[in-house]
Amino acid sequence: MATKKFMFINRKAPYGTVYALESLEVVLIGAAFEQDVSLAFIGDGVYQIAKGQSTDGIGMKNFSPTYKALGDYEITKLYVEKESLEARGLTLDDLMPLVWEDEDDDYAEKPSIRLVSSAELAEVFDDQDVVLSF
Amino acid sequence: MPFEANGKTFETDEEGYMVDLGSWEPECATVMAALEDQPLTEAHWEVLNFLREYYDEYQIAPAVRVLTKAIGKKLGKDKGNSKYLYELFPYGPGKQACKYAGLPKPTGCV
Repeated sequence: MATKKFMFINRKAPYGTVYALESLEVVLIGAAFEQDVSLAFIGDGVYQIAKGQSTDGIGMKNFSPTYKALGDYEITKLYVEKESLEARGLTLDDLMPLVWEDEDDDYAEKPSIRLVSSAELAEVFDDQDVVLSF
Repeated sequence: MPFEANGKTFETDEEGYMVDLGSWEPECATVMAALEDQPLTEAHWEVLNFLREYYDEYQIAPAVRVLTKAIGKKLGKDKGNSKYLYELFPYGPGKQACKYAGLPKPTGCV
C-alpha cells in the first residue's frame, strides 16, 4: 500500500461533542497502517492538547494522556495555529509538552508541536493527499 | 462470556475482553489464559505488566508495532521483536496479551 499524507484538522473543544475523541481514534488507526499522518489544531481544537485537563464531574474519560502516545505511533507533526492560540489567551506553555523519541538519535526527545501562522498552515494543507476535518 | 476468578464473576464482551477494565486483578489473567490453554510464564507477565503500565499512562492499548518497539526499549532488543512476542502470544501479542491484561482491544485491530 502506498503511503499517503493524511492531515487531520481538529476544530472542536475536547468534550461536549465526540469529534475530538473520534478524530484521535481514526488518527491512531491511520498510523497503524503506516501512513504519513499530521494533525492540526485550529480554533477551540487547541484545547484538545491543553495541559491539566480534568473530566471529574462530566462523566467522560479524560483521553488527553493519549496524545502523549502519538510519538510512539510516529506521529510527530502536530501543527497548532498561532492565531487560534493567541485569540484564546494561550501560549505554548499552556499546551502539553508533546514529544517524540528519535530512535536514530539515541532516543532523544524532540518536540512534536509546531506553532504556525494561518498562512503557513495553508501551505501545509496544500501539500497533503487527504485532509479530514473534525 | 463471563468468567470467574477469586470467587467473583467478571463480564466480558463478545470477543472476551473485560467490560470493566478497573476490576482487573492478576488472577483474571491467569483464568482467561487457562480458558485458552495458554500457560502464563514470567516472560508473559513481563509483557502483561508492561501493557498495564502503558494503559495507565496513555489510556490506550498500544498497536502491535508500538508495543514491539516499546518493549524493545524497556526490556531489551532480544524481546522487542515480533518473533519473541508471537511465541509468547500465538494469537497476536496485541489481541491476546491485551485481553489477559484486562485492556480493550488495541485501536486499529480488526
